[in-house]
Amino acid sequence: MNDMTLTREQREARLEGMGCKRKRVEDIRFTQGKGQYVDDVKLPGMLHGDFVRSPYPHARIKSISTEKALKVPGVLAVLTAETLKTVNLAWMPTLAGDVQMVLADGKVLFQNQEVAFVVATDRYAADDGINAVEVEYEQLAVLVDPFKAMDADAPVLREDIKDKTDGAHGPRKHYNHIFEWTVGDKDLTDAAFRKAEVTIKEMISYHRTHPSPLETCQCLCAFDKVKGELTIYGTFQAPHVIRTVVSLIAKLPEQKIHVIAPDIGGGFGNKVGAYPGYICAAVASIVTGKPVKWVEDRIENLTATSFARDYHMTTEIAATKEGKVTGLRVHVLADHGAFDACADPSKWPAGFFNIVTGSYDFPVAHLAVDGVYTNKAPGGVAYRCSFRVTEAAYCIERAMDILARKLGMDPAELRLKNFVRPEQFPYHSALGWEYDSGDYHTAMKKALESVKYAELRKEQAAKREAFRRGETREIMGIGISFFTEIVGAGPSKNCDILGIAMFDSCEIRLHPTGSGIARVGTKSQGQGHETTWAQIIASEIGIPADDIMVEEGNTDTAPYGLGTYGSRSTPVAGAAIAMAARKIKAKAQMIAAYKLEVHEDDLEWDIDGFRVKGLPEKFLGMKDICWIAYNAPPPGLEPGLEAVSYYDPPNMTYPFGAYICVMDIDVDTGVYKVRRFYALDDCGTRINPMIIEGQVHGGLTEAFAIAMGQEIRYDEAGNVMTGSFMDFFLPTAVETPHWETDFTVTPSPHHPIGAKGVGESPNVGGVPCFSNAVNDAYSFLGATHIQMPHDFWRNWKAAKELGAV
Amino acid sequence: MIPGPFTYHRPESVQEAVRLLGELGEEARPLAGGHSLIPMMKLRLATPEHLIDLHGIGDLKGISREGDHIVIRAMTTQHELLASDLIAASLPILHETALLIADPQVRYCGTIGGNVANGDPGNDMPGLMLTLDATYELQGPEGRRSVAAREFYQGAYFTALEPGEILTAVSVPVPPAGHGYAYEKLKRKIGDYATAAAAVVLTMDGGTVATCAIGLTNLSETALLAEEAAKAVIGTSLDDAALKRAADAARAIMAPAGDGRGPAEYRIHVGGIMVERALKRAAARIRAA
Amino acid sequence: MASPAKKLAISLTVNGQPVDGLVEPRTLLIHFIRESLQLTGSHIGCETTHCGACTIDMNGMSVKSCTIFAVQADGAEITTIEGIANADGTLSALQEGFRQMHGLQCGFCTPGMITRAHRLLQENPNPTEPEIRFGIAGNLCRCTGYQNIVRAIQYAAAKLNGVEFREAAE
Repeated sequence: MNDMTLTREQREARLEGMGCKRKRVEDIRFTQGKGQYVDDVKLPGMLHGDFVRSPYPHARIKSISTEKALKVPGVLAVLTAETLKTVNLAWMPTLAGDVQMVLADGKVLFQNQEVAFVVATDRYAADDGINAVEVEYEQLAVLVDPFKAMDADAPVLREDIKDKTDGAHGPRKHYNHIFEWTVGDKDLTDAAFRKAEVTIKEMISYHRTHPSPLETCQCLCAFDKVKGELTIYGTFQAPHVIRTVVSLIAKLPEQKIHVIAPDIGGGFGNKVGAYPGYICAAVASIVTGKPVKWVEDRIENLTATSFARDYHMTTEIAATKEGKVTGLRVHVLADHGAFDACADPSKWPAGFFNIVTGSYDFPVAHLAVDGVYTNKAPGGVAYRCSFRVTEAAYCIERAMDILARKLGMDPAELRLKNFVRPEQFPYHSALGWEYDSGDYHTAMKKALESVKYAELRKEQAAKREAFRRGETREIMGIGISFFTEIVGAGPSKNCDILGIAMFDSCEIRLHPTGSGIARVGTKSQGQGHETTWAQIIASEIGIPADDIMVEEGNTDTAPYGLGTYGSRSTPVAGAAIAMAARKIKAKAQMIAAYKLEVHEDDLEWDIDGFRVKGLPEKFLGMKDICWIAYNAPPPGLEPGLEAVSYYDPPNMTYPFGAYICVMDIDVDTGVYKVRRFYALDDCGTRINPMIIEGQVHGGLTEAFAIAMGQEIRYDEAGNVMTGSFMDFFLPTAVETPHWETDFTVTPSPHHPIGAKGVGESPNVGGVPCFSNAVNDAYSFLGATHIQMPHDFWRNWKAAKELGAV
Repeated sequence: MIPGPFTYHRPESVQEAVRLLGELGEEARPLAGGHSLIPMMKLRLATPEHLIDLHGIGDLKGISREGDHIVIRAMTTQHELLASDLIAASLPILHETALLIADPQVRYCGTIGGNVANGDPGNDMPGLMLTLDATYELQGPEGRRSVAAREFYQGAYFTALEPGEILTAVSVPVPPAGHGYAYEKLKRKIGDYATAAAAVVLTMDGGTVATCAIGLTNLSETALLAEEAAKAVIGTSLDDAALKRAADAARAIMAPAGDGRGPAEYRIHVGGIMVERALKRAAARIRAA
Repeated sequence: MASPAKKLAISLTVNGQPVDGLVEPRTLLIHFIRESLQLTGSHIGCETTHCGACTIDMNGMSVKSCTIFAVQADGAEITTIEGIANADGTLSALQEGFRQMHGLQCGFCTPGMITRAHRLLQENPNPTEPEIRFGIAGNLCRCTGYQNIVRAIQYAAAKLNGVEFREAAE
């Protein structure tokens, strides 16, 4: 490795380590159509399963007749709740401590709920089969509006628990109530409001939407009766958790379950939870003795697996006349649908929503969240955000704008006035978090200067005058958001999933010739882990990234990890990778000391090997050390060069950012145009700036979609109205704005390489930024708060209600 | 999302297609571009027992000028319309409209015949054909006949097409040289149907409108010809008052359903705006020429 | 009259190779390609003709293969993502552009996107950014926000035109 013909810069560059815009290794296969996604996996004798689903949102099932279906050519079996009861799997536990029907047991609670599972020789026969299953329903009163869930005369949704006064998270107030979660000091907060010079109060809703990765949820289950082993290929963001959960609920020994998550076509939180399709495919494989594949179609994906958001947040801020915030009070009504299947760490029924104090120094705060059941699909996943953090960021960022307006202050000035100051870190928030690091003022000021904020406000003032004079029908909005994320679940003292502590892991094994393999407990769904994980190792131990193969997703070979979601991969697994690499480096140093005949303390690390201090020619490169480690280790030292690290982080990381959006809206049609969007992100140490920029682009695009029209909408009768990509807004390249990215770097003080998460920041910060831009545009016409989503017709409606049309 | 079973037929002539349709009756459906029918079949909202694929019929392809008409055979795709110099020169509004239909892939497959014949109020071509006063050539067991586009649409998915008939061509009178035109379509995104759209073809004499036709898309059960709206601008210089009268007259005949694109009130409102904007842009084209 | 279940023989050319198949009339082309031909690069994302993940090149047209029957491809010339690379197996200009410009993340839309861009550049070798955005509007991507896809196609266009790629000013 000590190739002295190379300069230091060349040796450094050859590693393609941290900070390098390394091209992705994944792309070689993906650009040639050689990725392997679940539906690409085919096993001999494989069968296909497909669901009969309920057309009704709330109905009693009077009968299910499978007779005709079983006569359809190719149909082999039809599973119903009755079948599943024989193996005690008609219901399954959710991650949130509730139970959920796998197949409708006596009644259905949302439209498109799974009623029966048809197993056939191919997907065509399965589809024929589901059309031949006859189900007789008796419709029941439907509960759609969460605000009516706890009315005295509300329909009883969950008959299975209607008399249960205690839920997974404490007492229940009503038969449709799931939990109440409170944080903070209520008395001190109430006192702050009593003393406040200025207060605002607004009900801020974050509508129901859906992650909808381009690849839907799917699995292929193969049960080997002889060995008693179950192999599951699946679209799993957390394969080890799936293995443990399957073991616990199916009572199969964990070593006999092999979970493989191959390439995944996007996750965005959709692929964290366990869905009825997985259970049914597994049971069908056990029943038939054949591999069974289940592939969700898009309608099923949008209407049945895992919505996100649906939080209704009544928000109050107390402040002084000068604009110093003195208290925050938030009540959330959370619509969880028919079952509480939120994919949060188990002790956190509302995720980390208590990050709702945001980037601001609130001396006191109080939060209460009530979760309720409705006749809607279950879920509540973290759609490209850490658990409920995007709801919290939306809540506080909208509320700060509303306060600024009431005070007559510029929203940027109000934020600067109330930011947590650099010297306050580590900062203890009023709702219980310890923010590890931050420099909010620098980021905000850089953003304002970059977009020439003052000039934008001048232009806006001129346009408003022109609008008032009737010279234009276009209004201009400037949206600001400043978010603090909380990612990297998590310290196991705080975070677990069904008791499984949320550490993560890495195993590095170097080969004698100086290359190696790293196996990690995370699972990329497009984040490029095969590329970036090798970069961390390259920088840590001087082996070129190209010589490190990264493998994830196979529970037989990867060390136990909690998977990829909530921007936890870099904060947790990234740390495990660095720590495992450092263990290897420590052993390498012992070997180098022995070979170079000096004490370990006399060695210093130099890019790709060890050098004797003061003797630059005495150098041993890592490649040579690899060979020696296997073939001529120092006496008493065992051969080999590998290490495992399980990393339980001491804290979360707290990425932050300043976003600014400039938008023009035609009041006559409600049509908007995003003129400019600037995103400054601080995610600490930057491992691969190219990938970070790509993550920001993607997250902003999702934020744009959500804020401007993407919703899962139900009509009053509980029918879901947004079941395809015609009505569920996914922007094309034409609608998607151009993104400007920027950054500051405030390393995490507790992370081995100072890195924080980034994938979700742009969604968390983007949504309030777009919404603030719309609200800002209308503010001079008298608007205080216009609910999302801001699609064309709602923008027009806002203009109409404000008398501008 | 799998279609039900059917028997596939691929006739090589219109006569054969018509014969098959006649013999097989209600259980048979012609297949053109398929981008309306196949998704319906995948949802099993359509379960024809026989599909008669029209792609094998050479006579249904091509664009030609016949006297003062442009004749577009039914299986001509949107992509072919866009690639046609004849269309670009003689019927530029057709070019402008075709570009606003769906997305590139769909335009390679989607045909003008399918677009005008299936009676979907969301399709863009019917409103345009009303505006241009096109004629549809139909062929059925009783032979051939021509039906004016303005007589063709009777309700959502309900047209003058008789059982066993196929639409073989669209014949469009060439608007006078120097005419103004515009198709204004408001949609949520590429690939969506119109929230509201308006087609305008007009001529001007001096500073005033001499002739004008206005068509509306997706603002009722069928595409609409907004005759009163057109009358409201003839003889005017398209001043603001005339534009407003036209928009209001057009709004008076709109009856859209509320849907994800917005409530009826909104769609009617922006329908009028589309009319105003199409009129202005059409006139601006003349003034710029 | 043939019964609906009766399979029909089709012959076509896929990625330059002659292919014969027996298909039910209702077999969708995407399933024939993925299941019978085992070419799994083309994907299924929406099934309603919106996402374009199933885009293939057929007789010089970009086609969403989830919305056409395999029998309709009888006699057709088809190119899928598996047939896009250069004859010597190296990445084509587009494939290279997508990698260089980080024009993909999860890779699920990529085969359809590249196949579509391939036809776009055949028809318009020097597209502007708006033309590229309009030209790929039948393909949805959930990961990239399209900006780097646009750059990838610009990179490929420049390379194919033998000119130096200059990134558009931010």
